Amino acid sequence: MSWLSAEEAKQKRQTDIGPPSYKEMLPPVIAKNYGKWKYHEVLTPGTMVHVAESGEKVYTVRVAGPRLLSTKSIRALMDIADKYCDGYIRWTTRNNIEFMTPKEENMALIKKAAEEIGFPVGGIGRGISNMVHTQGWIHCHSACTDASGIVKAMMDELFPYFNEKLLPAKTRLALACCVNMCGAVHCSDIAVVAIHRKVPEIDHDHVKNMCEIPTTISSCPTRAISPDPAKKSIKINPDKCMYCGNCFTVCPPINIHNPEQDGVAIVVGGKVGSLRKGPMFSKLAIPYIKNNPPRWPEVVEAVKNIVDTYAADARKFERVGEWIERIGWESFFKKTGIPFTFQHIDDFTFARDTFRTSAAFKW
Amino acid sequence: MKKYETPLLDELEKGPWPSFVKEMKLAAATSEMANDELGQVEKSYRDKRGYWKHGGIVGVLGYGGGVIGRYSSLPEEFPGVAHFHTFRINQPSGMFYKTDRLREIMDLWDKYGSGLTNMHGSTGDMIMLGCRTEALEPLFAEVSSRGWDLGGSGSALRTPACCLGQSRCEWANIDTMDICNELTQSYQDYLHRPAWPYKFKFKVAGCAVDCVAAIARADCSIIGTWKGKIAVDQDAVKDYAKSGMDIKAEIVDMCPTGCMNYDGSALSIDDANCSRCMHCISKMTKALRPTGEKGASILIGAKAPIVVGSLLSWVVVPFIKMEPPYTEFKELVEKIWEWWDDNAKPRERIGELIEVKGMRSFLEGIGVEAQAQQVYEPRKDPFFFWKEEDLSK
Repeated sequence: MSWLSAEEAKQKRQTDIGPPSYKEMLPPVIAKNYGKWKYHEVLTPGTMVHVAESGEKVYTVRVAGPRLLSTKSIRALMDIADKYCDGYIRWTTRNNIEFMTPKEENMALIKKAAEEIGFPVGGIGRGISNMVHTQGWIHCHSACTDASGIVKAMMDELFPYFNEKLLPAKTRLALACCVNMCGAVHCSDIAVVAIHRKVPEIDHDHVKNMCEIPTTISSCPTRAISPDPAKKSIKINPDKCMYCGNCFTVCPPINIHNPEQDGVAIVVGGKVGSLRKGPMFSKLAIPYIKNNPPRWPEVVEAVKNIVDTYAADARKFERVGEWIERIGWESFFKKTGIPFTFQHIDDFTFARDTFRTSAAFKW
Repeated sequence: MKKYETPLLDELEKGPWPSFVKEMKLAAATSEMANDELGQVEKSYRDKRGYWKHGGIVGVLGYGGGVIGRYSSLPEEFPGVAHFHTFRINQPSGMFYKTDRLREIMDLWDKYGSGLTNMHGSTGDMIMLGCRTEALEPLFAEVSSRGWDLGGSGSALRTPACCLGQSRCEWANIDTMDICNELTQSYQDYLHRPAWPYKFKFKVAGCAVDCVAAIARADCSIIGTWKGKIAVDQDAVKDYAKSGMDIKAEIVDMCPTGCMNYDGSALSIDDANCSRCMHCISKMTKALRPTGEKGASILIGAKAPIVVGSLLSWVVVPFIKMEPPYTEFKELVEKIWEWWDDNAKPRERIGELIEVKGMRSFLEGIGVEAQAQQVYEPRKDPFFFWKEEDLSK
């Protein structure tokens, strides 16, 4: 297992070839019925059957993935695919793993084999599927919370909605470990987004050597940054800074991290599908909960409260955002018991459209 | 190998959900890199902060992206993560894998990297998490010689992604996997060599359910749609009623355009008033299906909030045919790139640029007519521009 030498590498390498074609990755039953599916049925919260025009069927078993996977676990999952799925496996856009087979009797065997190695079956239909999330402290320089840890703690608590209990509609959860939102959580039913709350501290000696001043100034969306010629550095107007961290991204000596003040906000009511009403952004429900590793109990409790309130109050097929629009945000805050604060009232780019211009509302 | 005590992370091995800590420990058993990663993350949990430096410029010869440099800020304490670069491998469209092909990648990653992955990253690539600078060239040679390539990063075309489309879904109006593959292959140069103001993402969804979140996460969202009627199988409607579905409450009353009627035995649709939202079709998939001309709506501009707020994509071309070799679409997108490249500041996404320059400027720049489908409603204010050519119309 010795590494290729530089010379061997130069000989072997190819460029601009792109990924292998999807066509060589398709299970036979999928390849055969490609474009000819007629309907599907959800059998359990983790299994479904798709029926082709020809009458042929493919059974899918979906299992939860932690996104951060070792090669060892991927091999163990592939062993299951080799045994029951003709040597094919698939991942979903939400980091679940799918096993497909034309044989109905294989579903129970796949479920048993996956659960034996710690991968539970679920995530299909009107419940909570896997959470989309970012890297957090595992691998990101700009993370102001961990991602995998909160997700693990939340999904442990919400697990019944993954593998057995139904909700009014599918409920999409996500987490972003800073406002860059690599996980694009801004259109999720319920999302956790990590935030800063303090103006960054500037290491002027390093700014001088490491940063381009005009780029740093123009990186600020609120024009809070101006030159500080005496220090050959920049200064930040604290009244204008809203802690987005964009300056830190272009100029590392502007330190935005503050372990005691960083934490998470919870946003709710987004969706991406156009079903019934158009896609919606998530909106602020809880402006701040402190970071409390390893299991963030306050975050878990807050999300559980929102899910439970929704489960009890929404109509069938109503997504979280549709439910809130129907009852009104004032009712959402009342029913969930979440306090409404100045942080909830928008004062940024989209503010004007959010102020109420009607004399009709609820108490 | 150094043994780290991890009392905080150990708490995250408990409970029914799959544990990323278990995964890190599995990798750590045979990799110094993964072991030091475990140690550093435990320290992050203790101190409530990350210990990674900003990325550095690393990569493979001839490419400007695909590898994201990552260095620990505590390299003496955790030498295994002194370099811990991300190596993005472009996923096959739809994220199906033949296991013997995926095993090749796993074997190579155990040989050259930490043994830790993300399946998959937010944009869709297979993320190989953690390798040293000197591993990059031999790893790339081995990966590419087996028919795999890197994904995108930086101010470039990012790895296109799609839902699984017609491979297993009856709702897909377009062949999402083929479109995704075709775009990936056609624009390899844009993907590997950052030459643009900022990133540009494609996502392809087969219908308005949008399982790949194209409308929220892609600068160019390609969403399958149709122009014909919804065919109704009345026997299947009766089966749904028999199985307990309240067709009036759950289907007819939830239709956003009020275009459906149910008389207790038959379901009828006023197709001219249907907006193709997918609610009824997704709930009664055995009974209802789109017919007639199939194609896609092209929406432009979605992005996450940095820096002036999140955007959803806007309808630019309400309907376009999407059939191989996708020439009409490619000509459109090349015009879009040209307009963006000519006009944008550094780090300006196309959605932000459209806001700055105005939708008319964009539409004229790419040669698309004004159409009512592009807006929810016309403007409310009386302040609008006239150009010389408008005056003569």
